[in-house]
Amino acid sequence: MRKHFLGDTAVLLGRSMTHVTRSVDTIITTAIMPVAMMLLFVYVFGGAISTGSPSYVTYLLPGILLITVASGISYTAFRLFTDMKSGVFERFHSMPIARSSVLWAHVLTSLVANLISLVVVVGVALIMGFRSSAGILAWLAVAGIMILFTLALTWLAVIPGLTAKSVEGAGVFAYPLMFLPFLSSAFVPTGTMPGPLRAFAENQPVTSIVNAIRALFTESPLGNDIWIALGWCVGILIVTYAFATAAYRRKIA
Amino acid sequence: MTTVIRVQGMEKSYKDLRVLRGVDFEVAKGSIFALLGSNGAGKTTVVKILSTLLKADAGTATVNGFDVAAQPENVRESISLTGQFAAVDEILTGRENLVLVAKLRHLKDPGTIADTLLGRFSLADAGARKVSTYSGGMRRRLDIAMSLIGSPPVIFLDEPTTGLDPQARIEVWDAVRELAGQGTTVLLTTQYLDEAEHLADRIAILHEGRILVHGTLAELKQLLPPATVEYVEKQPSLEDVFLSLVGTNH
Ligand SMILES: Nc1ncnc2c1ncn2[C@@H]1O[C@H](COP(=O)(O)OP(=O)(O)OP(=O)(O)O)[C@@H](O)[C@H]1O
Ligand SMILES: [Mg+2]
Repeated sequence: MRKHFLGDTAVLLGRSMTHVTRSVDTIITTAIMPVAMMLLFVYVFGGAISTGSPSYVTYLLPGILLITVASGISYTAFRLFTDMKSGVFERFHSMPIARSSVLWAHVLTSLVANLISLVVVVGVALIMGFRSSAGILAWLAVAGIMILFTLALTWLAVIPGLTAKSVEGAGVFAYPLMFLPFLSSAFVPTGTMPGPLRAFAENQPVTSIVNAIRALFTESPLGNDIWIALGWCVGILIVTYAFATAAYRRKIA
Repeated sequence: MTTVIRVQGMEKSYKDLRVLRGVDFEVAKGSIFALLGSNGAGKTTVVKILSTLLKADAGTATVNGFDVAAQPENVRESISLTGQFAAVDEILTGRENLVLVAKLRHLKDPGTIADTLLGRFSLADAGARKVSTYSGGMRRRLDIAMSLIGSPPVIFLDEPTTGLDPQARIEVWDAVRELAGQGTTVLLTTQYLDEAEHLADRIAILHEGRILVHGTLAELKQLLPPATVEYVEKQPSLEDVFLSLVGTNH
């Protein structure tokens, strides 16, 4: 069965990418919420927030990118849930194909769809005055972090996608994730926060990821943030992957 | 005669609910076998175990000579499943659904295979439309067409004609007979006694977790007291009337 894994995954990836392109609204909805947040924070609150950075949109963008992925993966869970419920999974699983390619096709689709949304959000940020003098290597590093982060959250989304009882249940896990950036350095520097909140903000994954991307954009010294950020992404990825594949094995008996 | 499906002592419980309590039956190559049973009797459970989607708690089952528990990949090479509820991709077109299955079965020329099946199941005009716009019967026909791709030696049909109009039902019956004629072994489940009567070579009744009776239609009829002869005028059945009014190509 191994010999078909790549071919089967490619065929199934083609299928779910067709789902994505046939419902362009999902990409737009995924991008609209973070874009609206970016407009709100830059033009409404931005004037009153002092970050010590010359351009607030440049300060804000890394956090907005994470929010984009957090909202995008609810569609990953939704697409998986639909396949589980409609019996399409059972059809595929009763066929002589590499079973794991059914899941991998969803994961890769999630990655591609989220990367498209991220490009849209960066495009809007550029129009709003986001500027970076970062070179190609720094951009590649940002892309690498975002891919790792998207994969980590995608495998997280797989768990409710496979196990949820209702559509609402499949998507609801994304809300707390979208809230995490507010308790981090994404919108304001953590220095002004009261003690315990500050301790939480400075030690949760979003802050180190945001700081690392921000440093890459502004060509500031990276310090430890990049390693802490990578550690978080890889750690979350390993844990969610383990739970998701265990849930998958239980489902397919 | 070769036995293609052999089930011995199959048991399955969902938590405390003992659904299958020792099911035994055999299906001969190229025959049509109907599993009858009321709602919740466990027909779908049997089909899922035989198509490797579910593991039995006890007993053995072989399909095409392969053990469903020990050699599931070989079993999947030998079968195709049409589940109780149409498993079609709503967002793709009918034709794309067929092409998808043909590609996953690694067949040459998926496009031609798709077009042939669309024609055979009266879906040629709807082939380019999204399945979400199909009626229930059209979905079911597409679902069955998808299962025929690749001509596997064994086909499982879980209530294939539920929700179909009489004409579509006869189309499905014809397709099933044709398959059996070519040597395909068919196991179908149904709620309709007349479906089993018209179509099946052998019939088994699943009741309270066991096969209650098992045999040809004639053998089952002998279980009842001999019929008394009555003289009645032959009335056309409702089905005859319906078919003559809506016009049929049979
Ligand atoms: N996943 C499950 N968890 C718990 N109980 C289940 C599960 N699947 C089926 N059952 C129960 O097992 C019994 C047999 O179900 P099954 O679907 O095999 O019946 P069936 O003969 O196909 O019925 P129907 O004619 O309604 O399709 C039912 O009582 C059903 O409620
Ligand atoms: Mg059933």
